[in-house]
This record gives sequence, C-alpha cells and structure tokens, in this order.
Amino acid sequence: MLALSRKKNESIIIGDDIEITIVDVQADQVKLAINAPRKVPVYRKEIYLQIQQENKAAANISEISIEKLKNIK
Amino acid sequence: MMLETKHFGTLKVEEEKILNFETGIPGFSDNKKFVLLKNEENQDSPFAWLQSVEDGDVALALVNPFMFYPEYSPEIRDELIEELGTKEEKELSVYNVLVVPQDVKDMTVNLKAPILINKKNKRAMQAIAENSEYGVRHYIYEDIKEKLK
Repeated sequence: MLALSRKKNESIIIGDDIEITIVDVQADQVKLAINAPRKVPVYRKEIYLQIQQENKAAANISEISIEKLKNIK
Repeated sequence: MMLETKHFGTLKVEEEKILNFETGIPGFSDNKKFVLLKNEENQDSPFAWLQSVEDGDVALALVNPFMFYPEYSPEIRDELIEELGTKEEKELSVYNVLVVPQDVKDMTVNLKAPILINKKNKRAMQAIAENSEYGVRHYIYEDIKEKLK
C-alpha cells in the first residue's frame, strides 16, 4: 500500500489512465473526483466487500440446504 | 475433462461450455473458469449452479431473476457489457447469486450484483448495478413459493 499526501486540488495518476483528484477536504470527509476509462469499474469499498461476503456465503452452502433447494424445484 | 466436485460428484466438463470470468468474481478472484450446471430433470427450473472448474469445492447457487422479478433491470454501464464482447443485452444470460442458509426460508438473492454471461463467446462477469433500489440480500423465499405453487 502506497501512502501519499495530497492537498486540495492535487491529483494522483494510476497507470496511464486513472486520475484521482482531491476536490474538497473537510474535517471528517474528503471528496474525490475519479477520472477513469468507462470500462474500469469504480466502487465504494463497502459495496465491493458486501458482494465479496455474499459470494463467500453462497459458496458455503451445506448439503442439507442443497437438498432443500432441490425440493423447491 | 473430468472434474471432482464437492457437491455434484464427478462431472464431465466440456471445454466449449467453460465460462471465462476474466477477473474472477469478488471473493474468488483467482477462480476464472466456471461451468453453469442446470437442472436436467426440470428444464423450466429457475435454479442453476456456478461450479468452479479450478476448485471442485467452489459452487454458487444461482437463480434466474426474471421468473420472480420480471421488471428486474440492473443498470450496468455499456462499457462493462462491451468487455464481454457484445453490446446486445439479449445476447446475455443473467443470473443472481443465492445464499441458502440452514433455514431455507431465510434464503436471499443478490440483486445488486448480477452474473452476466455472453452465451456466444462464454465470457462472463459479475457486474455491480448502479441503481440504488437493489440490495445484496433480498429475501426471495416467499416470492419463489408464490410463483412455483
């Protein structure tokens, strides 16, 4: 993990085509502007972690649950 | 190829049926190859399984969302869909991941992040929908019971 300090309006460039700019800095919140190609998905981390968690839970299905699922149709 | 699986015994996997998830799926980013297992006894079944070809223990239950939610319309950026090699929604199969706990009545479906499959070239991804009305855990049991009775 790379740690950099940026002031308001300064930017970071990742790779060749992703740019993150600090738009505003408040006491407890930082506003970022992200400029990336449309094919690169950008998510709030919490959402990504939720998807991850649900996928792992889905893969953790028990044999009993599989049987019950078959009985539903 | 023959695949030893945790839930389905030994499976014969046809190479041309293997789905390619270029970046895997969240939580399983190293698993890039899966097969879609459908219910052979019941062609109309809305359920399917996403079985990893690289790890026999990894299988996720899936459901066809439109049978229960005909209005389901996840907003996915065109550019992400184009990564699958198509611009046409109709060339895609859509499935949603089901979490089935011990008590089946508590089963939930992830409407926020559908699995999209390009039927022709077998490229697939799990995309996160931009619309806020869909959650990662939607209680689906009652909707299934209602529809299938």
